[in-house]
Amino acid sequence: MLAALLTLGALATLIGLLLGYAAIRFRVESDPVVEQIDALLPQTQCGQCTYAGCRPYAEAIAAGEADINQCPPGGEATIQALANLLGKDPKPLNPEHGEHKEKTVVVIDENVCIGCTLCIQACPVDAIVGAAKQMHTVVTAECTGCDLCIPPCPVECIHVVPLRRDIGNWIWPAPTEDEPQVRTA
Amino acid sequence: MTSHTTGKRDPGGSSFARLHHFHGGLVLPAHSEMSTSLPVAAAGIPDELVIPLQQHIGETAMPLVSPGDTVLRGQMIAAPRGNVSSPVHASSSGTVTAIEPRPFPHPSGMSASSIVIATDGRDTWQPANTALANYRQASPDELLEHIRNAGIVGLGGAGFPTAVKLANATSHGIDLLLINGVECEPYITCDNMLMRERSGEILQGTRILQHILRPKRCVIAIEDGMADAEAAMRQAVAAATTDDIEVVRVPEIYPSGGERQLIRVLTGREVPSSGFPSDVGIVCQNVGTAAAIAQAVIQGRPLVSRFVTVTGEGIRQARNLEALIGTPFSHLVAACGGYTPDVDRLLMGGPMMGFALRSDDIPVIKTSNCILAVGRNEMPPPPPALPCIRCSKCTEVCPADLLPQQLYWFARSGNLDAAQDYSLFDCIECGCCAYVCPSHIPLVQYYRHAKTEIWAQEKQKKAADIARRRHEARQQRLERIRQERSERMAARKQAVAGKTAQRDTAKQDAIKAALERVRQKKAQAGVTPKNVDNLTPEQQQQIEEAERRRQHPPPPGEK
Repeated sequence: MLAALLTLGALATLIGLLLGYAAIRFRVESDPVVEQIDALLPQTQCGQCTYAGCRPYAEAIAAGEADINQCPPGGEATIQALANLLGKDPKPLNPEHGEHKEKTVVVIDENVCIGCTLCIQACPVDAIVGAAKQMHTVVTAECTGCDLCIPPCPVECIHVVPLRRDIGNWIWPAPTEDEPQVRTA
Repeated sequence: MTSHTTGKRDPGGSSFARLHHFHGGLVLPAHSEMSTSLPVAAAGIPDELVIPLQQHIGETAMPLVSPGDTVLRGQMIAAPRGNVSSPVHASSSGTVTAIEPRPFPHPSGMSASSIVIATDGRDTWQPANTALANYRQASPDELLEHIRNAGIVGLGGAGFPTAVKLANATSHGIDLLLINGVECEPYITCDNMLMRERSGEILQGTRILQHILRPKRCVIAIEDGMADAEAAMRQAVAAATTDDIEVVRVPEIYPSGGERQLIRVLTGREVPSSGFPSDVGIVCQNVGTAAAIAQAVIQGRPLVSRFVTVTGEGIRQARNLEALIGTPFSHLVAACGGYTPDVDRLLMGGPMMGFALRSDDIPVIKTSNCILAVGRNEMPPPPPALPCIRCSKCTEVCPADLLPQQLYWFARSGNLDAAQDYSLFDCIECGCCAYVCPSHIPLVQYYRHAKTEIWAQEKQKKAADIARRRHEARQQRLERIRQERSERMAARKQAVAGKTAQRDTAKQDAIKAALERVRQKKAQAGVTPKNVDNLTPEQQQQIEEAERRRQHPPPPGEK
């Protein structure tokens, strides 16, 4: 009886120490849940979720302050992925934050641009190049379609255009499925 | 037709007396006699050539000409961009009229950027670069560069740049060079005809490949039932009096012309999933590619034409044509006597793996092996799909050893991760599963959809990662600028404060020093007050007050 108690006690102490050591030795610096949530967000950095970017939104979700249905660019797919990750029930996109639409990019009408640099300051991903009193232009490949550059433009020379579909990013259509007729004898 | 393969490596004997089998496959009617009755003819020079900038896997080529330029046949008109890329050449002489999107042979029916040449009919070659005609003196690197500049890509169908494939192979040890003349898909006979008519060129190309790769063995694989082609190749090998090239006949089972399947049949080796044949010491090249290499190296002529099978019941005189790259399909159809009234639809490629074209105003590209004009009763459209009954017929015929019905469920439900876990990307889209499906489910289309969907998602993810990095970099930059500014402000404030403080202490010190001097002077001079006798008490008090003030001088600020 005593031997058993001692053995178990010693074991418990040993394992406790081991766990304590592991907790210090293998300490994880930041909250991995935030990273995981951030990885699922579309990184548009548009702020439609009311947070200052995708990462702050991810932090808010992780802290339980924000709901998972506040990201219009991600749409249903992102909500579904977040629901899977966090073990929550998926819910429809909150219309307060906007509605999901196909990805677009912006172009600057270079004839109208006056070179005020306001759009450059607004762009969250540095996708607009230009300098004061010089023409600006959008690097289409880097544009996330957040549309944050549009309100600051004093001459309304920034236009939203749909992303061009070409052979490189074409997707085979799924077979059209009429509900298969089940034959009964 | 199940697998009898033991998976054992061929012990390395000199003959392939014992062939292996791949899993599954189908025996299909070949329909090859339709298009092999006539010899190959040149399709002629169309009035307009439309040469797409991307006819290969990899980066799009970069145009070197502009509208208005005159070009010669064989002139490079677009240069490769990056490593995995290929140049394109003018296939006849003429004037560049435009560089613009034009219809392209692709299942999407979309256009692709192309160089349009109005031909002058003279077909003037540009002076050939035959520097490497004596290729045995050349190093493999020189030959690879030459092959790359000749715009040679895999002509079997995939269009992967040949120089890249060979360069990758030379870094592995290669013990078997496989020249693939197994044209297993029904109707297609362009490789068959090439072997009949250009066996010498194929052999020369094979010799060049041997020189580059130095394989232990070399095999030209030909399908059973191509007796004429086999005879021609055997004759060419015999004429070359070489004993290190073997001609091997493989059974006519679709898709034994697939690279992985052919390797399996000949050696029993399994190319690892998502690996390359060079991983198991093998390089496989199509006979057309070998012939193109011979033309490029011996004659100094880049890839500007290819054999194309024009066949089907919708064509009056099915045959093979040697077509210039960029020739519209309609020109080839006209060269074959036009359509029959019975024509129903047009496919590029064979009946199993080909895709429907929306028009014949589409150019021949490097990978166009067959134009199939399907007659109305030739291939009736499949009846509507019925539910999957899990009969597992698809699994029995799958030559890639996959589980097609599982892939179907996953692809259909959008469970793309699971589809990838079940090796979706090992599917070669041969169409065997859909062919045998008793429920007529368009299985391959589900897989193609799932594959392109996965690619699109990966691209999206990559774009998101870039956006995240750029956003973080911007945040950091703004933070750094803010910090630098506040540091600068703080430093300036401190500098100003320091200066004032310094000035003040200097003043104080000067006053103190002056007082000290006065005191010392007094002490030295032994000054004693005068007229201090017989003072009234008021006077005495005044003196005391003055003395007190002198002892405790008020602070300098006070007056």
